[in-house]
Amino acid sequence: MKKTVFLGALTVAGMAAGASAAATLDDVKARGKLNCGVTTGLVGFAAPDANGKWEGFDVDFCRAVAAAVLGDANAVEFVPTTGKTRFTALASGEVDMLARNTTWTLSRDVDLKFDFVGVNYYDGQGFLVSKEMGVSSAKDLDGATVCIQTGTTTELNLADFFRANNISYEPVPIETNAEGQQQYLAGACDTYTTDASGLAATRATFENPQDHVVLPEIISKEPLGPLVRHGDNEWADIVRWTLNALISAEELGITSTNIGELSAAPGDNPEINRLLGTEGNLGEMLGLDADWAKRAIMAGGNYGEVFAKNIGESTPIALARGLNAQWKDGGLIYSPPFR
Amino acid sequence: MTTITDPHQGQFRLSMLLYDSRYRSLTIQIVALIGFLMLIGWLLSNTAQNLAELGKEPSFSFMMEPAGYDINQRLLDYNSQDTHLRASFMGLLNTLLVAVMGCITATVLGVIIGVLRLSPNWIISRLSAVYVEGFRNVPVLLWIVFTMAVLIETLPQPSAFRKGEASMSLWDSVAVTNRGIYIPEPLFSRSLGDIHLLGNSSLRFDVSLDLLALLAVLIGGILTSVLIKRRADILQEATGVRPRTWHWRLGVVVVPVVLVLAILGFHLGYPELKGFNFRNGIHLRNSLIALWLALSLYTGAFIAEIVRAGILAVSKGQTEAASALGLRPKRTMSLVILPQALRVIIPPLISNYLNLTKNSSLAIAVGYMDITGTLGGITMNQTGRELETVLLLMLVYLTISLTISAVMNWYNESVKLKER
Repeated sequence: MKKTVFLGALTVAGMAAGASAAATLDDVKARGKLNCGVTTGLVGFAAPDANGKWEGFDVDFCRAVAAAVLGDANAVEFVPTTGKTRFTALASGEVDMLARNTTWTLSRDVDLKFDFVGVNYYDGQGFLVSKEMGVSSAKDLDGATVCIQTGTTTELNLADFFRANNISYEPVPIETNAEGQQQYLAGACDTYTTDASGLAATRATFENPQDHVVLPEIISKEPLGPLVRHGDNEWADIVRWTLNALISAEELGITSTNIGELSAAPGDNPEINRLLGTEGNLGEMLGLDADWAKRAIMAGGNYGEVFAKNIGESTPIALARGLNAQWKDGGLIYSPPFR
Repeated sequence: MTTITDPHQGQFRLSMLLYDSRYRSLTIQIVALIGFLMLIGWLLSNTAQNLAELGKEPSFSFMMEPAGYDINQRLLDYNSQDTHLRASFMGLLNTLLVAVMGCITATVLGVIIGVLRLSPNWIISRLSAVYVEGFRNVPVLLWIVFTMAVLIETLPQPSAFRKGEASMSLWDSVAVTNRGIYIPEPLFSRSLGDIHLLGNSSLRFDVSLDLLALLAVLIGGILTSVLIKRRADILQEATGVRPRTWHWRLGVVVVPVVLVLAILGFHLGYPELKGFNFRNGIHLRNSLIALWLALSLYTGAFIAEIVRAGILAVSKGQTEAASALGLRPKRTMSLVILPQALRVIIPPLISNYLNLTKNSSLAIAVGYMDITGTLGGITMNQTGRELETVLLLMLVYLTISLTISAVMNWYNESVKLKER
């Protein structure tokens, strides 16, 4: 008994010590696996398929980081987290990074001590209602019962939106997307609110998606991005530049089909050469080898390919690129130069 | 010649701490204590150091910042601009509400089922056994989630009332929907108003003067009724004839209450369908009902067993003696058996009340905003103060439990066998 208590205390201490250790890169390499925090299941972003293999927009980003760091896109342990547990999981060192529809806000960045490495999806909060209710605007929702995931920024936006418009509502707090879907479909709430992308993904799994509609109002800015613990800048750099590599690859026209050819020998475009490691020593600067970006891009394709495969217009989720188009195409997706 | 041998007065040596049985146990205890304190100190300093390295020094100042979120069931006024402290206070009240409701229902249910399980009627005693074993042997979380699922999936949505597929029950006064049950609310047209206590602080609350007036009249009535009973007792002692007093006793309680209600302009506000939901009336949310039902049914099963054990602990001779005196079975139970059984029942009953209160923290499974949902859920998540909120939460539950314990122990003292 005494021994168990002592070992338990040691474990707690070990976990606490792990949290403060700075060298996440070394930990990941020693473990041979990347622990990546994802949602408990949001089709298109992160959800296990019929065979239990995780797939989705955020999952592909985890795989890209694992490919860049470990050379194996499958060396990822996916840790499902809820809106409530995600930050504790990251802060305690249970996961090395979060790729989980998490909104970049000042307090999360500064007060919760995390580093957002960039934005991989520009989103906004919307409302899903059933068509038969005949609601055309979120301002018509006076007195409605609203299902809302707790521990999210959307919860605070919702309170602000209804207060600013001086209308009332009844919040029904729920823990996971699946629970929200169940309550919404059973009519326990009139509307379900979360990021518009999440609503589209949820709607796509309904039996009759055409009976439901996402209201036109987007009531907030929700820049979603991957994040890591504050204080380990080397690791943050690796995750940040992996994201930038995927974005730059789309901009430069590097796809999973032509990457073999482009990386075989230095070509005419020096930026492609630097990115793919055929020229310069960018990989070395990051503490990785020269092929890191090549492997990251080969894991799931460039940003555009990952988008199209998981949530693009040809999928049931059918999200348009919109704000998430490359800057050259009028969107906000923009990577600093590889130089 | 007698020699008096003094007890050996050898001087104290350090080795005696280990080899002398008089000191050894003391030595071991002190060493163990020092080791234990060092372990605690090391854990504390480790935590403090790691938090400091993360730049998150413990601080409770976040409790005074605006919460920013809404709470559906609030017993006092609250909006999203109030502080986290106020939000936690709302959560605490919700916890206490479901705990008190649960304890009362569980006790009533437990006593009835416990007595019925001893019934000579085979069907009744078997049915009670099925209830007890069924509820006792399935985790309470499953019962909570199951009850919630049943409420949500089987009851009609508010839109069904609009379409005429469902209608209100009890002369259009109660609406049973899958979002909860709406019942009429008491209203006063000539209300006396409220007293505002604690000004504008986070713990402010209003006390309704109407309620105070009603309570005062009710207590006055009950006291008068007790006086009438005493007088009847005295008369019975003196003359052997008990005067008929029940109509007087009922009258002094009911008539003043009815009078006060009439003066205050008492009427009922009925729920009505407006827009998406029913408005007015009291909304018993599905989360409250699910949690309350599941907790009471679950704990009721345990209490039933405690009651049965208490009754069986009273020797059979007592029942037989009561029958010999001509008491009917009902009166035997209420006058002879139960008062004696209470002495056995109350101590384990306390721990079941404590269990129910602590189990109410499972509320988050159905989205009931108790203190775990507000302080330990949303506040913790929005502020990222895990250590502080969990410590506060533990303190709150500890306080509630110790209070219940103290009250019940005091009650136990008052019913236990007085030995003179």
